[in-house]
Formats: sequence, structure tokens, C-alpha cells
Amino acid sequence: MPAYKITVNGEVKTLEVEPDMPLLWALRDVLGLVGTKFGCGIAQCGACTVHVNGNAVRSCSVRVADVVGQSIITIEGLAQGQQLHVLQQAWIDEDVAQCGYCQAGQIMSAAALLAREDNPTDEDIDNAMAGNYCRCGTYNRIRSAIHSAAKMRTATFYNAATEELV
Amino acid sequence: MSDLIESVKAAVSQHKVNRRGFLKLTGIAGSGFIIASIAPLIMAEENLGTLVGSAELNAFVEISSDGTITIYSSNPEMGQGIKTALPMIIAEEMGAKWEDVKVLQSSVDATRFGPQQAGGSTTVPRTFDQMRRMGASAREMLRSAGSEAMEVSRDELKVAESKVTHTTGKFLTFGQLAALAIRQKVPDEDSLMFKAREDYTIIGTSVSGVDNMMISTGLALFGIDTRVPEMLYACYQKCPAIGGKVVKANIDEIRKLPGVVDAFVLDGNDDPRQLLDGVAIVGTSTWAAFSARNSLEVQWDESSASKDSWSGLVERATQLHGTRGKELVIDKGDVKEAYANPENTTLEAFYEYPFVSHFTMEPMNCTAHYRKGSDASNDSLELWLPTQGPARGYQIAKSMFGLEEDQVTIHMMRMGGSFGRRVYFEYIAEAIAISKQVNKPVKLTWSREDDLHHDFYRSGGFQSVKGSVDKQGRLIAFEDHFMGMNYDGRPVSGSRFPDTEFPILNVKNAHASKTFFDIKTPCGPWRAPGSNTTAFVVQSFLDELSHAAGRDYLEFLLEIMGERRWFEEGNVRSLNTGRAADVIKLAAKEAGWGKSMPKGSGLGLAFYFSHAGHIAEVAEVSVDKNRHLTVHKVTVAVDVGPIINMSGATSQVEGAVIDGLSTMMAQKITMEAGRIQQDNFHNYEVLRIPDSPRVDVHFIQSDFGPTGLGEPALPPLAPAVGNAIFAATGHRVRKMPLSEQGYTI
Repeated sequence: MPAYKITVNGEVKTLEVEPDMPLLWALRDVLGLVGTKFGCGIAQCGACTVHVNGNAVRSCSVRVADVVGQSIITIEGLAQGQQLHVLQQAWIDEDVAQCGYCQAGQIMSAAALLAREDNPTDEDIDNAMAGNYCRCGTYNRIRSAIHSAAKMRTATFYNAATEELV
Repeated sequence: MSDLIESVKAAVSQHKVNRRGFLKLTGIAGSGFIIASIAPLIMAEENLGTLVGSAELNAFVEISSDGTITIYSSNPEMGQGIKTALPMIIAEEMGAKWEDVKVLQSSVDATRFGPQQAGGSTTVPRTFDQMRRMGASAREMLRSAGSEAMEVSRDELKVAESKVTHTTGKFLTFGQLAALAIRQKVPDEDSLMFKAREDYTIIGTSVSGVDNMMISTGLALFGIDTRVPEMLYACYQKCPAIGGKVVKANIDEIRKLPGVVDAFVLDGNDDPRQLLDGVAIVGTSTWAAFSARNSLEVQWDESSASKDSWSGLVERATQLHGTRGKELVIDKGDVKEAYANPENTTLEAFYEYPFVSHFTMEPMNCTAHYRKGSDASNDSLELWLPTQGPARGYQIAKSMFGLEEDQVTIHMMRMGGSFGRRVYFEYIAEAIAISKQVNKPVKLTWSREDDLHHDFYRSGGFQSVKGSVDKQGRLIAFEDHFMGMNYDGRPVSGSRFPDTEFPILNVKNAHASKTFFDIKTPCGPWRAPGSNTTAFVVQSFLDELSHAAGRDYLEFLLEIMGERRWFEEGNVRSLNTGRAADVIKLAAKEAGWGKSMPKGSGLGLAFYFSHAGHIAEVAEVSVDKNRHLTVHKVTVAVDVGPIINMSGATSQVEGAVIDGLSTMMAQKITMEAGRIQQDNFHNYEVLRIPDSPRVDVHFIQSDFGPTGLGEPALPPLAPAVGNAIFAATGHRVRKMPLSEQGYTI
């Protein structure tokens, strides 16, 4: 079996897998990174979203062979050590999840959006997040969590009296 | 004080080596449940650091010397928020600070935890008092410990904020008292007092879900995330025509494919709830199994398989429009007299709704490890189950594999959605059978196509309705011919039309009858079974009648509710017209009912009572000339009694509205020649974030006991939107999904 070198969450990994194995299954079954979820297998639900060189990509529809030498970030690699990504914190603060299954993919799509838009509009959110389905219907909280994460990141002052970021 | 801490430490270490076995301390009459102070037998989660040296006050509550309060959540979590809500009830009663609480999923053990299932929005009402008893019992043991340690009377102690405080201000924390508390007498159930609602500090607040950190960081949590040493991966191919049997398959070829460990035919027992015939492929990864399946060729014997046809059902039902069913539900007053009266206005209509799929985001899966012993009596089985009823794993193991309960270990796993799907267990039986065959732990994962082709669907159906309003515009007669489905001679889940269906109890003349069509397509409960379709029919048709009478639907509906009464006093499953009127008025007020709307826009109101929840919704929509629909806002008023977790409850309502809209918009399962014709997201469309309406939720926290909220907010959505479309356009929606009538969103 061929061996492929990819960088996952900053670590170089050598994968001995069939050339057509989708990145999703290499992450889940070979590397044990089960935070990336299987939902449809045809890039329609977004549950398997990861970052490839900073772009949100459906890992079910990208082969391991296609991402050799590239940098993959999964939900497990989004936090900086003990420091949660602002989106992860916002997801907890806003109690976004119901079943929670799609949320890793939602957060990864949102993180790619925040990386290019400091202060995304509702329309930016619609465009970036339309590929991520949530069966429980948590869309409104997803939207507000993205807005609050953007605010959290750019906030320079925390007003303890009003509990507001200014 | 330091002496005390030392003695507590000593007791903790003593306790550590002397973990008690089964010590049933007191029975709770009536519920069949026992407050058992016993050590956890199976740890469902690995991170048990804080449990070292901990003290169990009862099966649900442990306190560590560091002050961590571990509360076991005993019921399955599928997104309904029970893993957070039930521990909140315990924490409230015991006087804990929520920040000190850590929640772990309990083991599966009905003796210790009582019935462990979730479904029918029953968990909160069923367990509310049980959780309160667990909390109150722990609280009183802590109070006794405080009394002993401080040498003061129990009456002089207050238990709150994770500490026991004397009237002088002197206090000891729960952590300090942990070891002493377990030595206290477990209080008699009858002596337990519950906190008054006005004293609540946790119940009714907004608490973020206890698994949110794990969810947001991608830690293994769901059934499908299970990984055990030496685990293999499997898929299972069943006949596309439901119930077909394997004649032969190219398994020798499949076995040679890369990554395939084994492939074999499983002989089923023809029961879709247990094990249907199929071909299992076991590989070194899910992909190896899925990929090999592309080369699988199976010859099926479809002689006993489903031949169901949706178009055939539509044809038969359409012919029955305007007739009555053979099975009478109720004949009250004289509807015919009302129809015959020329002063009355009489309408007839035919409504249709399709089969739909549960379509959970986490496909069906199960990890099973069947270990063969020296003989069958030494066999053992370990299961990782994402299911609404984990104890059913024991029943399957017994009935299908001959294993006794003590040979089986079950881990209750979080579900990535269920909506009623995971009350069935065939994916569990499949995983066990496959693991037994290969004698290795196996994770069975269904593809999305498996999931859509082999669901226990929400039954489709038809209702032929008729009704009259008198010359004053009052509802005078209502009639419904319900057409549902029979499977194996019995109505499927949701195919019901009870004689208490609204507005039968409220109207003078009513007639209801039923017809059933035999099908072989498995059906099952789907979020608010029966209610989710009948609400659409009845609330849309009553809106039709109100328009025919030239009445405002708000006023018309309130008039039908009539005087404030509870049809069956004391039965929360019975409609209370007072509670109904209150939520209807509140939703209307908050939505601005009666305000003038621009052309092409409209408001639609609907009410439905199900699962003990009284819920009214007003949809605000606009529709353009190409039937492009925008649902701007849905205003919801809910009375399910006191709310446990405000955030979770609001979330359930928001989700139900969006789920309801997603379903009515474009979802439809059809079958021809027994084959389900939808495969995946490309031909089973779902609502996405850009089309998600604003949801404005209002609670009436009445003094009735708390009831569940996983389901009842869904049924009113479809008629509210349908009625709003009528208000906006004059087009009456009598058929779902909307996409088939040219609507887009």
C-alpha cells in the first residue's frame, strides 16, 4: 500500500492507505480523530468539514492522495493548547448544540469564515454556512454564536458591569 | 476544624478501600425505584479522576473531598437536553452550586437508576419527582453530617451553595462533609421535603449543555466515535425492496478486495425490527467496507419483499375522498343534520402528507464485541449503544443470542439525533451478529443511503375532512375520515385518530372514522407521532372554515375552545382549554396578530396540544409571484409547566420550528415496487441556514407539573405556515411537501 505524508494539526503523519481513501476515513479510522463526522459521504451535509491549508473542505470527498504535503486542521486542532478558539467558546456560551453531531463541521466552516472576515454579515454567514446541515435546527444559535465570536475576538474592552464587550 | 478535615480524609481513604456493594437502603413505594447507595459498577466515561475517594450519597450523587459533585445522568441523550436537565433537578434539591457539578452518563442498570429510556417527551414528567428525591435525600444526609460535625441541631442548618451553614454563619463545604455524609442514615422517603418553586436557583435558569465542551472540541462522545482495541469495521447490505432474501452473492470476490477481512451472508428472521437477510462486509476501515460494497453483487429473492407503492396509495385514498371509513371512531350529535341545514356553510377538503425519514445526522451504528467462551454459557457481549432504550440491548441479546443479562455489558452512548428512530434495534442485532461471526469487536456503520432506504418512516396518510359553520359563523360540525397504514395487521405509529382529537370534544356534532391500507414498509414514531400530521390537517381546515364564515381565526379558535375546562381533570395528556386559550392569546399578541400586512405577506395561527404541551404558533410569511416563500418569523407560546433549563427548552422550540419547516418544505419519501426512491441529500432536501426563520419563544410557566418539550412544538408549525400562505396569497395548502406545489424557499 502506498504511504502518504500529510500534516494534521501540526504533526506530520504517514498514512499507509488505499489511494482512494477519503480524508474523512483516514482521520477517523486510521488516526483516531473522530471529531470529524460522517454524515452523507457526498459533500452535502458538511459534518466532515476540516481545513486544508486554511480552507473549509468536505473531508468525505477529498482523497488522502490529494492532500499530500498539505496542512490539515481538524476540530481537535482548533484550540491553541488550553485556549479555546473564540468560536468554541461562543458555541459553549450560546449553548448552540442540541444533539451536537454536526457542530464540529459547523465550527470548522465558521472558523474558515472568521479567518477571512473579521466581522461577517448575516449574508456572509449564509454563504459560508449553507453547506452545513443541522438536523436539530440550531441555525439561529449558530448565527448568533458566530457574531458573538467575531465580537469577542475584536473586543478590546470588557465592561464587567454590563457584561458586554466593547 | 483541621481535626475534622483530617478525619474526613481518613474516612475518605477508608471508603476508597471499602467500596460498598449492593446496599439497598430504602425502597420508594410506587415507582418501583430504589435509592441504592452502591458503587458504580460500570463507568461509562473514562475520566473518573474526581471520583477517586468520592462518597456516594445515592446512585445518582457522589461528592469528592475536593468538592466536586458528580451527578449521574441516567437517561439517553439525543439532543433533547436531558443529560443537563435531570442533573439540574438533583443539584437544585440538594443545594449544590451548579459550577461544582460534573455530569457523567450512568451505566445501564434499571435496579439502580429506574427505567432508562427516552421518548414521547416523557422523561422530565416521569423522572422529575425521582430526581427531586435523589437531590433531597443527598441534601438531608449532608445536613445530618453537618449537624454531627458542628455538633449543632439539624434545624439550625441551611443547605445551599454546596455548603451546610449554621445560623451563626459557621459552615462546612460539601467536600469537607462528603465522607461523613455517607455514614448518615438515608432519610425515609416520606420525610423528604421539596424546595418551593420561588426558592429555585438552578431550575428555570439557562444552563449550557454539559457535553458542550466535548462537542465543541471534537472529543469522542457519540456511538459512532467508539474505538476499541482490535476493532474491525463493517457495513451491511440489505435488499433494496424491504424484506427481500439473499439467494447468492459474490462474497468470494469481495473477500479478496483491499482492506476486506471477511464477507458473509446473514440469514435474517424476516423481522425488520430484528434482523433482515443481508450481506456483511468486514474490513480494516469503514472505507474498506463501504468501498468493497460497490463491487457487491447480490441476487435477491423478492417474493416476500415489500411491493409497496406510494402512487398506488395516493390513488386508493383519493377514491375514498368524501366517504367514511369502515372503522368508526366517534359519532356524536348529528353532523348530517348540520350539513343539511341550508343556513349553515359546509366545506369539504382532502389533505395529504407523505412518508418522511428520521434522517438523523449520525447514521445508525453500533459497536459490538461478542466474545466466545469455552461454551455458550461463557460467551459474553459488550455493546456501545446509541439508542433511546439501552436496556433493550439486554432483551435483544437474550431473545436473539441466548445471552443472560450478566453476560452482557452495555455502554449508553450519546446519539447524534434520533427523533424516534432509535427506539428500534435492528442495527444493534446486525452488529452483534457480525461480531459473533468474526469473533472480534466490530463497529457497524450505515451509509446515508442505508439510513434512508431502511428507516422506520413517519407514515404518510390522507384525511378527508368536512365541517359546517352556522349562520353566526360558529363551528357546528366536524368530520374526519382518517386514512392511515397497517403493518402486520396493526396500525403503524402515528396512524391514529383518537376520539379526543381536537375539536371533537369541543364541537356539538362530530364524526370520525378510519381506513387503513396494508403496507410492508416499516414505520415508527417520528417527532410527535400522529400529531405532526393531524395538526396540519385539522388546524388548516379549521382556518378554512373560519374564512368561509368570514371570521378571524384567532377569535374562531378561542370560541371553539370555549369555557376554561380540563376535559379529564388531573390527566396531563388531556386538553385544558384554559391553558390552550392562554397560549393562543399570547402567541397572537406577541406576533402582532391583526396588524396590517403588505401585499403578498400574511400571518398564520395554529394551536396544537400533544405530549401534554399546549403550544400556539404564529408564522409571518411572504410569498412572491413565483411562489418563493420566505418565513420571516415564527412566534411560539408554550405551556409545559415550569421550565427546567430555559436555554435547553428554548432550543427545543427553535429546533422544532425549523425541523417542521424543513419537513413541510421539501421532504418526501416515496416507494415503488417496495423500494425507497430517495437516497441521500441530493434527492431528500433539507432546510439550510439562509432559510431559517427567526423564532420568538414565550413560556407560560404555569403551576402544573413540568412536562416534556422534545416534540410538542413541532405539530403547530405546518398549519401556521400553511395558514399564513393562505393569508398572503389565497392559496390553500392541503398537501405536503410544499415543493410539490411549486413553492421554493
